[in-house]
Amino acid sequence: MSFLTLNSLSKTYGNFTAVDAVSLEVGKGEFVSLLGPSGCGKTTTLQMIAGLVEPSAGSVMLDGRDITHEKPNRRGLGIVFQTYALFPHMTVAQNVSFGLEMRRIGKAERDRRVAEVLALVKLDRFFDRYPRQLSGGQRQRVAIARALVIEPPVLLLDEPLSNLDAKLREEMQFELRRIQQTVGTTTIMVTHDQGEALSISDRVVVMEHGRMTQVDVPAAVYDHPATEFISSFIGKMNNISGTALTSAIQSSGVILPATGSGAAEGEPVILSLRPERINIVPAGEGHLPGVVSARFFFGSHWLFNVETAVGLIIVSSPNTDRSLPPAVGQPVELAWAPESARMAARPQEVSRVEG
Amino acid sequence: MTARTHSTPWFLSLPGLIFFLGMVVLPLVLTAVLSFHAYDFNLGVRDTYTLSNYTTVLSDPYFLSIFWRTLRIAFITTVLCVMIGVPEAYILSRMWNPWRSVFLLVIIGPLLVSVVVRSFGWSMLLGSTGLISKASIMLGLGPVRILYSETAIVIALVHVMLPFMIIPVWTAIQKLDPGLESAAWSLGASRFTAMRRIILPQISLGVLSGSLIVFGLSASSFAIPGLLGGRRLKMAATVVYDEYMHELNWPLGAAIAFIVLVANLLIMLAYNRMIEARARKVLG
Repeated sequence: MSFLTLNSLSKTYGNFTAVDAVSLEVGKGEFVSLLGPSGCGKTTTLQMIAGLVEPSAGSVMLDGRDITHEKPNRRGLGIVFQTYALFPHMTVAQNVSFGLEMRRIGKAERDRRVAEVLALVKLDRFFDRYPRQLSGGQRQRVAIARALVIEPPVLLLDEPLSNLDAKLREEMQFELRRIQQTVGTTTIMVTHDQGEALSISDRVVVMEHGRMTQVDVPAAVYDHPATEFISSFIGKMNNISGTALTSAIQSSGVILPATGSGAAEGEPVILSLRPERINIVPAGEGHLPGVVSARFFFGSHWLFNVETAVGLIIVSSPNTDRSLPPAVGQPVELAWAPESARMAARPQEVSRVEG
Repeated sequence: MTARTHSTPWFLSLPGLIFFLGMVVLPLVLTAVLSFHAYDFNLGVRDTYTLSNYTTVLSDPYFLSIFWRTLRIAFITTVLCVMIGVPEAYILSRMWNPWRSVFLLVIIGPLLVSVVVRSFGWSMLLGSTGLISKASIMLGLGPVRILYSETAIVIALVHVMLPFMIIPVWTAIQKLDPGLESAAWSLGASRFTAMRRIILPQISLGVLSGSLIVFGLSASSFAIPGLLGGRRLKMAATVVYDEYMHELNWPLGAAIAFIVLVANLLIMLAYNRMIEARARKVLG
């Protein structure tokens, strides 16, 4: 039974279609991310759920109730804005308490709930601070606390981590997930950061040019991207064009093992291969010989650029102490399990609306 | 080397300094000196010094009533400008181009027309044979004469002063995070509550500085009370003009001017302190 349902929700501005018939069912307590590049319509979708943008067509159902045209102050949804939108002239406690005041909840009850939620976001010592006296991460926590204190049926997060520096962002990702799992609120997060979407969501909705292109669990979106766009947008991907053989492709005179797609033999196909699925193996054991042209150290792993007969291939190897990593200029051979290499029909003349 | 670093700032600010001394300080000093000169109806300005000009002004109910009227009209104008200008600035900030540019021009446009021309325009509208009176007669309400009343002065002043209120308020609204209002709505606040609890406290600085400008300019306005107040309804600036040009009692006029200047200065300084206290609270 879905808790929040979007029925072919659309938004057009003049001739421009910002959101094109988005349909989505979100279960109670689920954490769903809307992922896509800027201008893909993800924020507009969120604002239509929030009631800040009037949909051009379609409907929004919350717990069996049609809220498509309800005013934002009647929906009772918790929203965390990209800029946090904390009230600068109010203290942390006053900010958090504002939503409760609007619900005409008594002072004692208000104080209790504000204290409770501020403890949840670990800000119990900051009641009387003003937003300007807080760091970015602390403001973020206040914004979350303010949205959660009203016990909303759905929590909407608009690029919640984009204003934080890299280290803090990672920390807040886990923190966000912890808080969400503690309170169990159904959550929809808009993000352009694939790492963020994959790491903390139950499901990821990939959007492109106003349309949903894939809705799936994070691992499936990563391993089985539905379109070439998704495969290049999420993570790194080696794409090799060639012609289909049975469980292999032929490209530039090399035969590369692969699985997938019902493409008939001789048809043009694209082979997609994740860098971390490729192993560097001793000479004579691999499918594809090449020469290391550059290498980059990332601490937990190495990234190699390998020049091969089919072009530049990116390889990622974990930083284990077993052997020395190949040096630049060193000839190597690459190997992979056939099931890691997916073959898909090469898209012919895909027409796209530029947005 | 040190000598040079010391003199450079003085040298650079010299043109401004000369301008300020010559155009502002010198006339003020001359006016102040003049206000202490004795005056005789038959002999004109004398070279003896006296405080009698000040005692005359401050003890004469005629002058006191003019001061009181000046303050009252400036205050009413300021209040009306806040009441009209703040919503107007808010609506303006919600507009999209090209309408925003069009209406901004409509608001600022009147500043391009001389205040004298605008006052004559108002006198044509408000006079006993003016458009408003004729409309009232046609509706069977009888003639109305607004011209040469305090109402006429206030109407015209509000018209002239509105841009000085709208622009600082509009600037303050522009600086607001548009998410603030959405955040208030999402937390259950109605449009009105969001405006009162979230937006107004944030733009109060703009409103206060707008009021300061409007009050100062209204209290010292000359053309509007001169043309729309008629011979009877004097304000501070017009009575100074009278003393100089009709009575030829320059020292008395200078004394009035100085009293108005000091009173205005005191009110505005007090008000400014209030703004600064407010700013500390809002901005930290």
